[in-house]
Amino acid sequence: MSEEANFEETFSALEANVDALSRGDLPLERALAVFEEGLALYRRCHAILADSEQRVTKLIATAEGLTEEPFSSE
Amino acid sequence: MASSLLSHGRAPEAPRALTVTELTRLVRDTLRGNPLMTRVLVRGETSNVQALPSGRVFFTLRDPAAQIACVLFSSDAEGLGFDVEDGMDVVASGDVDLFTRRGEVQLVVRGIMPAGVGAFWASYQRTRKKLAAEGLFDAVRKRTLPAYPRRIGVVTSEIGAVVHDIVTILRRRYPLAEVVVAPALVQGPDAPASLRRALAVIANRVDVVIVARGGGSLEDLWCFNDEGLARSIATCRVPVVSAIGHETDVTIVDFVADVRAATPSAAAEIVSPDAAELNGKVSAAGRTLLREIHEILEAGRHRIRELGERMSARGLRRGVEANRALLERTHAGLVALGPREVGRHRDRLDALGRRLDVLSPLATLRRGYAIAEREDGHVVARAGDVAVGDALAVRFQDGRIRVHVERGGTRA
Repeated sequence: MSEEANFEETFSALEANVDALSRGDLPLERALAVFEEGLALYRRCHAILADSEQRVTKLIATAEGLTEEPFSSE
Repeated sequence: MASSLLSHGRAPEAPRALTVTELTRLVRDTLRGNPLMTRVLVRGETSNVQALPSGRVFFTLRDPAAQIACVLFSSDAEGLGFDVEDGMDVVASGDVDLFTRRGEVQLVVRGIMPAGVGAFWASYQRTRKKLAAEGLFDAVRKRTLPAYPRRIGVVTSEIGAVVHDIVTILRRRYPLAEVVVAPALVQGPDAPASLRRALAVIANRVDVVIVARGGGSLEDLWCFNDEGLARSIATCRVPVVSAIGHETDVTIVDFVADVRAATPSAAAEIVSPDAAELNGKVSAAGRTLLREIHEILEAGRHRIRELGERMSARGLRRGVEANRALLERTHAGLVALGPREVGRHRDRLDALGRRLDVLSPLATLRRGYAIAEREDGHVVARAGDVAVGDALAVRFQDGRIRVHVERGGTRA
């Protein structure tokens, strides 16, 4: 989930759609497609922000190399 | 000079008296010429500290049995890194001299270290000056932090409040990022090497690193003045935010880090965007999106109205009227909608788009209609609007032709 739903990329795509629409030079059909895609990106951005659960790992150096394991600071 | 005075006794019957100036100069030169009196280190307690506006500082060094006057010139005072105050236990270094005007022996102090932490201070100043001279603290070296870090590294002790505070704040502000903790010793002689190892293993796995430690004594924080650690931070692959001790503690690591945070919690806030703010930005983008599509549809509607007014074919006009009504309804609906709901109406929008396209003037031409225009581009809507001899342009789907009116005013 975290790889495909990257906030930075999704949000910058949304901003690109907003910009494209704001320029006002798109043919109508294209404008509607951009709007629709923007709407989907908008929803995905909100979903990423709402659904993320932080992963905290601890990096441990062992004789075999580095391992990561879940970390709890409680 | 001294020897010439002493050998003056060539006329023993009349020994010449020295002037006071001569005597004090003699004493002064004797002191200055004695290697035991130069570069001395003396430990004592400061008292009678008087700082002149010029920056020169006078004080007395004493122990239970004796005292000596001291002077510290402004250039040397500036390099100390602290102010001399009464009652400090210090080790002063300098040269013994005579203040000839008062005939008083004094120590011209070149450096002072608090006695308890003297060695610490000396090495701190040395390291700081050296790295500063190499440009490691220069503002141009400071890297900007990533706006949306995917992985945030934390180098600190794995137990205690610091790592807990950092993780808690990151979870609240920016749960999107993964947090990677590389545990390290944060005090004691093994700490610098441990911190460097942790930094080395974490640097390739994260976008930004926080190096943090909670408050402690000067000795506790000492490992963060380590030159090797400072160099590791300077050459770290990703930006480093330091948060060592309390706000008033400034270690060499703080100087060399890309950003210095006052506390570990502040460091966590500095490296992470706030998800609540991002939600606001996303909502704003959604609103703009909606406003823009409104304007585009509004422009389309306007175009249809114009077209409808210009064209006389009744069937076409009816079609336009019907679509105009649809547009009005759709607009009213859109205005009432929040961005989340708009998508549900995408089919309507799709249909709308297709109809608008069908009704665009170019599509009309494609269907075989032609438009008569005056030279200024105005559409000629009625036969009665033209006179014999008028020049017109007739616009087809693939270009224009110029025509002249031969007979006018007749009804079709």
